[in-house]
Amino acid sequence: MRVTAREEYCAGCRLCEVYCAVSHSPYPADPVKAFRKSPHPPISRVLVEEQRPVSFALQCRHCTEAICVKACITGAMYRDPVTGAVRNQEERCVGCWTCILVCPFGAIRRDEQGKKVAAKCDLCAGAVEPACVKHCPNGALVVEGKGGGLKCM
Amino acid sequence: MSLSMATPAFLIERNLDRCIHCQVCVRQCANEAHGYDHEEQRVYSDDMRCVNCHRCVVLCPTRALSVRQFPLEFRANANWTAEVIHNIYLQAATGGILLTGMGNDRPYPIYWDHMLINASQVTNPSIDPLREPMELKTFLGRKPEKIVIENGRLKEALPPQLELELPVMFSAMSFGSISLNAMKSLALAAEAEGTYYNTGEGGLHKDLYPLGHRTIVQVASGRFGVHPDYLAAGAAIEIKIGQGAKPGIGGHLPGEKVGREVSETRMIPEGTDALSPAPHHDIYSIEDLRQLIYSLKEATNYSKPVSVKIAAVHNVAAIASGIARAGADIIAIDGYRGGTGATPLRTRDHVGIPIEFALAAVDSRLRDEGIRNQVSLVVAGSIRHSADIVKAVALGADAVYIGSAALIALGCHMCQKCYTGKCNWGIATQDPNLTKRLNPEIGAKRAANLLKAWKHEIKEMLGGMGINALESLRGNRLMLRGIGLTDRELNILGIKAAGE
Repeated sequence: MRVTAREEYCAGCRLCEVYCAVSHSPYPADPVKAFRKSPHPPISRVLVEEQRPVSFALQCRHCTEAICVKACITGAMYRDPVTGAVRNQEERCVGCWTCILVCPFGAIRRDEQGKKVAAKCDLCAGAVEPACVKHCPNGALVVEGKGGGLKCM
Repeated sequence: MSLSMATPAFLIERNLDRCIHCQVCVRQCANEAHGYDHEEQRVYSDDMRCVNCHRCVVLCPTRALSVRQFPLEFRANANWTAEVIHNIYLQAATGGILLTGMGNDRPYPIYWDHMLINASQVTNPSIDPLREPMELKTFLGRKPEKIVIENGRLKEALPPQLELELPVMFSAMSFGSISLNAMKSLALAAEAEGTYYNTGEGGLHKDLYPLGHRTIVQVASGRFGVHPDYLAAGAAIEIKIGQGAKPGIGGHLPGEKVGREVSETRMIPEGTDALSPAPHHDIYSIEDLRQLIYSLKEATNYSKPVSVKIAAVHNVAAIASGIARAGADIIAIDGYRGGTGATPLRTRDHVGIPIEFALAAVDSRLRDEGIRNQVSLVVAGSIRHSADIVKAVALGADAVYIGSAALIALGCHMCQKCYTGKCNWGIATQDPNLTKRLNPEIGAKRAANLLKAWKHEIKEMLGGMGINALESLRGNRLMLRGIGLTDRELNILGIKAAGE
């Protein structure tokens, strides 16, 4: 399962980034507090790539054979055997950025607000619909079904 | 360069307690009314550029934005209003004609709101549309003088008809004036709900040919995009003589909007202005019109109804009679409140007559002359809701066209800036950055929902009158009563006053 962008309908508003950041903040239901309670704005795990008029939201492709998992020096990065989502156990992550170096999509970001960790899309674990998909005003993000994942190795 | 007299029309109010400086507003405003100050790391607004389209307000994730009229006032003057003064400043600065978009917004009386619908009580039962069948099906086209039945079937074939599941079609809006995504939205909605949309004078984009059977193809004075495949693709052909927002005036699509796709569809060079002449240069009389009607019928083997669209003007009844006699199957009449992508302000606001009067006058005239069966009447020009439709049908319309209402369903916020080509909702624009804001799947769903909702409401009102088929309401002016109208107005509308 992963989130796919429909480039032709991406309005470039970046609400996906806003809501991703909010939903991964200590105040997932309150955008105002999520942005204002911390000295740094919360980090989005989805990034809108833009060269107008082309724009699309890019986040982790949740590769079936993920090089970030293989490259992780502590075993923090793992592929959930049930959901197929590639996730980072932040308590094990040491912030070496090897995953960022190897990811061919540039879908992993640095989070240095607390302990240095790699921040990436976790498909909003537990949510019915990822925040970016739910809040896209133009249906430009869709959840793709299970299986058929990419092999980036 | 002298002093500019321009002052902002709108005031952008940003609640700084709620703004998170996420810049969604900055990225969404094609007019650049919002900006981001990197040094201060904050979002700021420029009231001067705001057109009050609500794009930023609707997309703001923290509801931090609001827009209202700019509070600056002139010394109170009921004659020299702020609008009049501002328009003079603008014309003094530019020397140009004032342009605007959408329909007449002047406070003229709205006659729909002076008509009330009947309902059954005791003496005849009302009908519950949720429990009993209710028929809204509408056929548009010439009806025969008489029908001959042989062995339980019609002996002679009916003239070609358009079959509508509800008496509502989408008005003519061209590719050029609106985006391809907007056209696709309307085409898909028409397909889903069993009605038709109209190409306007912009030709039929190649992507829309598969939905040709839901398309009314227009032939207007510029003859843009008219070729044999185009005529063959449509379900009906409409000759556009005029439109309510600019009676007597042609069209002008500026060259900036004529990109590759528009150029291909209209069959004109890229970047050239698309000028539609005010008249059809081959139509100077009813006889000339008859020639074009029959040329188009001949070209399509008499397989499609031909409609003629005119603006509601003073002698509309006599003109409509001529059009019926010229061989049209459908007459579309567009009232003075009809919308448009661009029109001279003074024409929009001061030329034409209300569609309610035009409809009543035309229907009465055609009945008096015994030719009402020869044509179907479609009315347009600010049909705002289902009650307007019920009233229009009771006054004598066969169906209505909706343009503004359909665009509002797609997201239009009536800022009246269609002519700038910077529609922030991706509707009245050809800018690829903006057109992609309208996802036709979502647009089609919303436009279809509007038709569905209105269908339910029309059925409710019909049921209330104890009528189970729209056909029984058509021209049934006894179902209407006037309120707040003079005797003369009641007389023209052909209805009684409330209480009579």
